[in-house]
Amino acid sequence: MTFSIVENKHKRRCEKLNYKIIAYIEAVVLIAAIVGFVVYGSYFTNQPIILSGAGATFPAPLIQKWSAEFKDMTRAQINYEGIGSGGGVKQFTDKTVDFGASDPPMQDSEFSTASGTLHIPITIGGVVPIYNIQGISSGLNFSGQVLADIFSLNITRWNDARLSSYNPDTTLPDAEIVVCHRSDSSGTTKVFTSFLSDESETWSSAYGASNVINWPSQTIGGKGNPGVAAAVQQNQNSIGYVELSYALQSDIPYGNVQNAAGKFVEPSLETLGAAASAVSLILPPGNASWASVGSYFNLHEVQEPDNGYPITSFSYVLIYQELNVRAGMTLDKAKALTWFLWWAIHDGQHFSSGLSYVPLPQSVVTHDEATLRMIIFDGQQVNNWT
Amino acid sequence: MKPLKKLSNFLRKSKSISRRKLSGDSAFKLTITLIACSIFVILGIMIYKIIQNSWLSIETYGIGFLWGTTWQPFPPNPSTPPSFGALPLIWGTLVTSAIALLLGVPISLGISLALSEFMPKSFNYVISFFVELLAAIPSVIYGLWGIFILIPFLQTNVYPYLQDVFGFLPLFEGTIRGPSILTGGIVLAIMIIPTVSAISRDVFAAVPDSQREAIVALGATRWEKARIVMSYGRSGVIGAIMLGLGRAVGETMAITMVIGNSFNMFTSFLQPGSTLASIIANEFTEASSPPVYISALMEVGLILFGLAIVVNALARLIIWRSTRRIKEGGIF
Repeated sequence: MTFSIVENKHKRRCEKLNYKIIAYIEAVVLIAAIVGFVVYGSYFTNQPIILSGAGATFPAPLIQKWSAEFKDMTRAQINYEGIGSGGGVKQFTDKTVDFGASDPPMQDSEFSTASGTLHIPITIGGVVPIYNIQGISSGLNFSGQVLADIFSLNITRWNDARLSSYNPDTTLPDAEIVVCHRSDSSGTTKVFTSFLSDESETWSSAYGASNVINWPSQTIGGKGNPGVAAAVQQNQNSIGYVELSYALQSDIPYGNVQNAAGKFVEPSLETLGAAASAVSLILPPGNASWASVGSYFNLHEVQEPDNGYPITSFSYVLIYQELNVRAGMTLDKAKALTWFLWWAIHDGQHFSSGLSYVPLPQSVVTHDEATLRMIIFDGQQVNNWT
Repeated sequence: MKPLKKLSNFLRKSKSISRRKLSGDSAFKLTITLIACSIFVILGIMIYKIIQNSWLSIETYGIGFLWGTTWQPFPPNPSTPPSFGALPLIWGTLVTSAIALLLGVPISLGISLALSEFMPKSFNYVISFFVELLAAIPSVIYGLWGIFILIPFLQTNVYPYLQDVFGFLPLFEGTIRGPSILTGGIVLAIMIIPTVSAISRDVFAAVPDSQREAIVALGATRWEKARIVMSYGRSGVIGAIMLGLGRAVGETMAITMVIGNSFNMFTSFLQPGSTLASIIANEFTEASSPPVYISALMEVGLILFGLAIVVNALARLIIWRSTRRIKEGGIF
């Protein structure tokens, strides 16, 4: 009896020892494996370059597509977060990202706090009126004044005389207009209401231009482009506004808008590009304040915007002219970042139309090239792209 | 072992437990107590931060914030200051929650009564499973379902008839819009069913069988038995309803997607509106300037927080009273 207990104890101790040995071996193997991977990683691949950007949600899909393609070619990794233009400008000003992105250009007050900012237009956006009237497809004509009156509920029925005079070939129903708008704070609203403010005195004094509008009651707010589109699709005789790319990709009818030359222009990649071309003649230099360009291109200020769509704007990348102001920036990183932007405004533009973005016209690309040549690191030009 | 010994030595020196023999147990007890108390710290920091961040707005607009009816962060004339008022939001929150209770509570009580009094056990499991599944669905899914399935259905099949019958009431006048106060209330009603029915089922199950046996022995029908069970658990059920109300008041994502997000003092249920939670969801992400704008949104959050605390405290109080009574053996 006693003997067997002693034996058992001995056995248990042996087992314990065995487990201990096994545990040690496992630990050693695990550590060896980890060390091996780290050594392998640092030996066979160069230190990867990682750059970060944040800002507007509108160009986010395009920038993310670019960064995936760019990574395949160069192994440099560009992380972009679509957090909204306001957040982008803030993070850029706080220097917590390598580059920012914003739909509207920086205001003068913002520009003066972030000295040495370069504005680089990377793509073009536009805001389009969409509607849902039984039996009527795309192509209704609107003027800025009429849109302002509809969205402020001064025109309340579709068969209003002014709407009919713009659309003589269409019989518009005698029905109440249901107005839909963005409920979330949005650059799309800012672009659209900036246009309405310039076109209509009554709009500008009653509602103004901003990301959030104190809309008249009885109007429906939808969250994001999909929210507005759903509200328009579900309410007969409704009208709303969305980004062009969203209108092109969904099958909701959209309208033409009268431009400064008096023509009713259908929104499309071409007409938005034409507006950008027209405005490229009056663009400020890259290192100046771009506040004058405004939330959208005011085509009243340019010559011959014949087929330019009137509610068009750039989306910008913001970058410091002297890149060393950002902590952790190295010459290699600076080179990668400038190469990325150079590639984005040239070859990168081929990805635009596939994603329903407007490719930059040549005149804007030339303008951007000059801006990118201004970039320096520790006082030295980063790339001169001869 | 060494660090543990050090800890226990340290603890032995501290006054509070010096008289007790120190073992691993008491160290464990102390740790657990500290963890439990951290909830006060977390809640305290939250309340402090919200008040601190909304202070600017509280100072600027004072108590009038509660009954102001304009919401204009960016006035058209840049020289006029922004103005904020939360009354339409409070109104929207209260009305949608009331509709949710009106529609959701009878269904929930029906479910829980059926489960505890009428159905066989096997069926019971199936129903409870599905009700609990309802609670596990994320609110954004309710929102999407609301936009794409519920709204088109209500708009063509329900609202026109509702207006035909009740159109003379101001509550159902105006052009029918899919996203509206009533739609929001209906979605909320569905969302509170799991909460209310699960708790009231437990309340009914806690009713002693002696009560049931006694009433059945007196020759009661099943319906009369159910009535006794309901009145016995009345205050518990009220507590369950209050918890459901708490969920309805704070619901954000789903309500934002279906309520129509219009800032107005609506009078008709078929009009769009907005709630305290929905305006935060809509506007907080990009609110950067002016500072008073963020502060006003924070104050909206503070009102919501206050409302939630009041509702929850009431619920706890009522539940506590009901359980104490049951323990004491009294009926009403």
